[in-house]
Amino acid sequence: MTHCAILPLLDDDEREFALGDYEGATARWCPGCGDHSILTAVEKLLVAEQLKPEQTVFVSGIGCSSRFPHYLKTYGFHGLHGRALPVATGVKLHRPDLDVFVVMGDGDCCSIGAAHWIHAIRYNIHMVAMLLDNSIYGLTKKQTSPTTPQGFKTNTQPFGSFLPPLNPLSTTLGTTNVSFVAQTAEWVPAHLYATLRAAYRHPGFSFVRILQRCPMYTQGMYEEAVKNPGSIELLMHDDGIVAPELDKIYKTRATHDPSDLDSARRLAEDSTRIRLGLFYRNEARARYDLLRKPPKVTSSERIALLNQELDHYAV
Amino acid sequence: MTAVAIPVGPELRIAPSVLKRPEHTIEIVSDAGEGAQKCGQIFGAVSAKMGNGVWTVEIIPAEIQPPPRTAEGASGNRIRFGTGPITNWGDETNLVVAFNEQVLLGRHRLGALASDAIVLLENSWASHTNPDIRAAWDKARSELAAQSYRIIEVPMEEQCLTIDENPRKGKNMFALGLLAYIYDRSLERIEEQIAYAFRKKSEEVYQRNLGLLRLGMEWAAANLDFRIEVPTNPPTEALVVMNGNEALGMGVLASGMEFCAMYPITPATSVSHYLAEVFSKFGGILHQGEDEIAAVGAAIGASYSGKVAFTITSGPGFALKTEFIGFAVMTEIPLVIIDVQRGGPSTGLPTKVEQSDLLAALFAEPGDAPRVVIAPATIEECFHAVITARQIAETFRTVVIILSDANLSTGVQPFPRPQLKKEWLAPELDLGPVKTGQRPYEWDARMGTSPRSIPGQPGGMFTLTGLSHDEGSKVAYGAGVHQHATAMRSRKLAVLQQTLLRPAINGDQDGDLLVVGWGSTKGAIEEGVERARAEGIRASSIHLTFLSPLQPGLKEIFSRFRKVMTVEINYSDQPGDPFITEENRRRGQLAMLLRAQTLCDVDCWTRVPGESLRPGFIHKAIRDAVLTLTGDRP
Repeated sequence: MTHCAILPLLDDDEREFALGDYEGATARWCPGCGDHSILTAVEKLLVAEQLKPEQTVFVSGIGCSSRFPHYLKTYGFHGLHGRALPVATGVKLHRPDLDVFVVMGDGDCCSIGAAHWIHAIRYNIHMVAMLLDNSIYGLTKKQTSPTTPQGFKTNTQPFGSFLPPLNPLSTTLGTTNVSFVAQTAEWVPAHLYATLRAAYRHPGFSFVRILQRCPMYTQGMYEEAVKNPGSIELLMHDDGIVAPELDKIYKTRATHDPSDLDSARRLAEDSTRIRLGLFYRNEARARYDLLRKPPKVTSSERIALLNQELDHYAV
Repeated sequence: MTAVAIPVGPELRIAPSVLKRPEHTIEIVSDAGEGAQKCGQIFGAVSAKMGNGVWTVEIIPAEIQPPPRTAEGASGNRIRFGTGPITNWGDETNLVVAFNEQVLLGRHRLGALASDAIVLLENSWASHTNPDIRAAWDKARSELAAQSYRIIEVPMEEQCLTIDENPRKGKNMFALGLLAYIYDRSLERIEEQIAYAFRKKSEEVYQRNLGLLRLGMEWAAANLDFRIEVPTNPPTEALVVMNGNEALGMGVLASGMEFCAMYPITPATSVSHYLAEVFSKFGGILHQGEDEIAAVGAAIGASYSGKVAFTITSGPGFALKTEFIGFAVMTEIPLVIIDVQRGGPSTGLPTKVEQSDLLAALFAEPGDAPRVVIAPATIEECFHAVITARQIAETFRTVVIILSDANLSTGVQPFPRPQLKKEWLAPELDLGPVKTGQRPYEWDARMGTSPRSIPGQPGGMFTLTGLSHDEGSKVAYGAGVHQHATAMRSRKLAVLQQTLLRPAINGDQDGDLLVVGWGSTKGAIEEGVERARAEGIRASSIHLTFLSPLQPGLKEIFSRFRKVMTVEINYSDQPGDPFITEENRRRGQLAMLLRAQTLCDVDCWTRVPGESLRPGFIHKAIRDAVLTLTGDRP
């Protein structure tokens, strides 16, 4: 390309990115929506890790949270409902040099896109997948989602949600080749940030479920958890999510070794309390993206190879 | 013709009579899994290599292992070969090798065999220990006796048992031996072909196959009183011979595309089978997605972030992909979709040919989603269609759909060896910074085209969205913006249309009837037209490669003929059927399209027989149409 902006003429090393380099359009979520806090944490991560905006892709589906990429100044892909993960898979397989983040809501990930979710876990391609779980369909105005609590009244189940909610942690931890599962909450910014940082640094598919309030449709759902930090149990370990800022407030703690899958599954399955922390991490899992790295082939090599192919079919 | 030293013992008898034919059509049919297809493929390839025009098609049952010895279970190949070029599978079969009488009955009942066909029939069933099988044999023989076939019983199993304890495994090579003798095929070529076909097997397997081949040749030489000569015409230029799906796969390699995401579906999957073997050598990734939607999604993700990517599917899979196809059109992500059509709707006829996806390919999505649709008509065009599709997709930032079908996918035909060009290959990604201030959709106001920026390009960051958006990719619901953006996406087709050639007219430039076809029916249509013309009927034909946009000049060409009629493998109501009137008649898909685009009274002759159209049937349809036209009702 012949046109050069000044910026890219600088050495990569000389470029330093500030918050403004990542900020896109002004966020249009409702006041009090948990998405704002998640956006802030992500921006903080981008600055801290100095990710090049042009090398970073945020892929989302459809829903309130999927507006996320519009509010950043990286490459963004606001795709189809439920289909963020296949797109991210294609991006990362074809362009392993890019940093890929996936933003999904609970309808996106756990309902219409559930098949992709299961398989993305198994592919274990290096990317960060965030489930922004507010337990409701917000954009379409209060319909039951897979994670809506049983009995919760919505416009599609006005007498209360019929079934117990799907447990995204258990589902993820139960899937073959799972490599990173964490849970955090948007109202605990230090934990949220520390979790996203750990997820970003994990070489594989990092699944982060972010508990999220919806001020419009699920008022009060996390009221107790917000007011009373002691009701939340932090999973603690030297290899886990470390956020010393929380020491004074979040005093309910449990030690959990994130390499222990059985313990992770037990903790995830127990719905008597909210647990935040790293449930599982295993860097040794097979990575589909590493197994699918073809060689670089020049035009001349390509033509020579194709001529050899044609030789097999020559008359 | 290469003389073949037939390894026959000293007791050689009277020389067989040699029947000389300009062309012959043969079939090898067996239960699934007995290898008739391999035998047919080798015979077809060898014949092409020796200089015969060849068209090979597979006879495929829908199940992998249908019950043995059933009429529906017939599996194998038809090979039509001649001294001149062969462009389609023809009408009827002149010689059949059948591994049991039931699969033969299947072909007989479909009217696949000429009334004087020669049949080489495995006869071990006649004396089988199971009385039910012996009874079935007798019953079949009497049903077959209604025709004047010349049935020659061949003790295939008995012969094969002399060198192999499992005759089911080797009968196909014995059958190949019979055919090699009858048609005097080059032994050297056959050995070469067997070696290639069994390249993944051991030397022992290769040697056993050669043994069975020779046994078949010896048996034929000792027992048959005829041979058939279809003179060869050694090619003057370098040729290659392959099926349509292999040609699509090689087209991919020649196009420089590097990413394919697919989900298994018949009859498209063999493109992926081919690519799975070789693609990584070419720097490519073949990703088998978790479903059809994931496959197109991954292809779109790859295309968005790099070289044009593609997906391969068939009707039911195409249906699942439609939301993403509309998305790619909306966001102007270049994408190539190969749809190898099969019979539909729904699961339909998974292994059989139909041309019923045309309107779906054009219009499947809600909303206005203009895209390019092209249909290769020959195996050779399958190769070139992919290269063209990639170039159009990139140039116009659009979706290009290639409509192949089950006839091309398994049809094998020789064609001139492509002289590969570097300019066919997708250029290396240029990740340099985008021009300062360039917007993500900087539409040329006349042409609708715009440059795209790719992740990795500094200064090009933007968020792509399937929501209505302006040039800056900003979500914009305003009426003016949506009108303009929709016009820009549509305009690209008009620009492309202006670069296309008028279709060439096969036959006279004017006349009574113009037949219009698309896709794999070209050879059969042209043969049908040729036969009609030989009778003095004033018929011509055109064949459309571009279905969206349509090629220029159609209305003017139509005006030179008294009647225009499409011939297609899809459904249309038959005039004269109960309740069918001129007003309510549902027409063939191309006919509908042409009527809408040209305001001409385009008629159609379409059938959905689950097989390729036979030139003889098309010939009759042409004759009937012209007779009706001239008031001389058929």
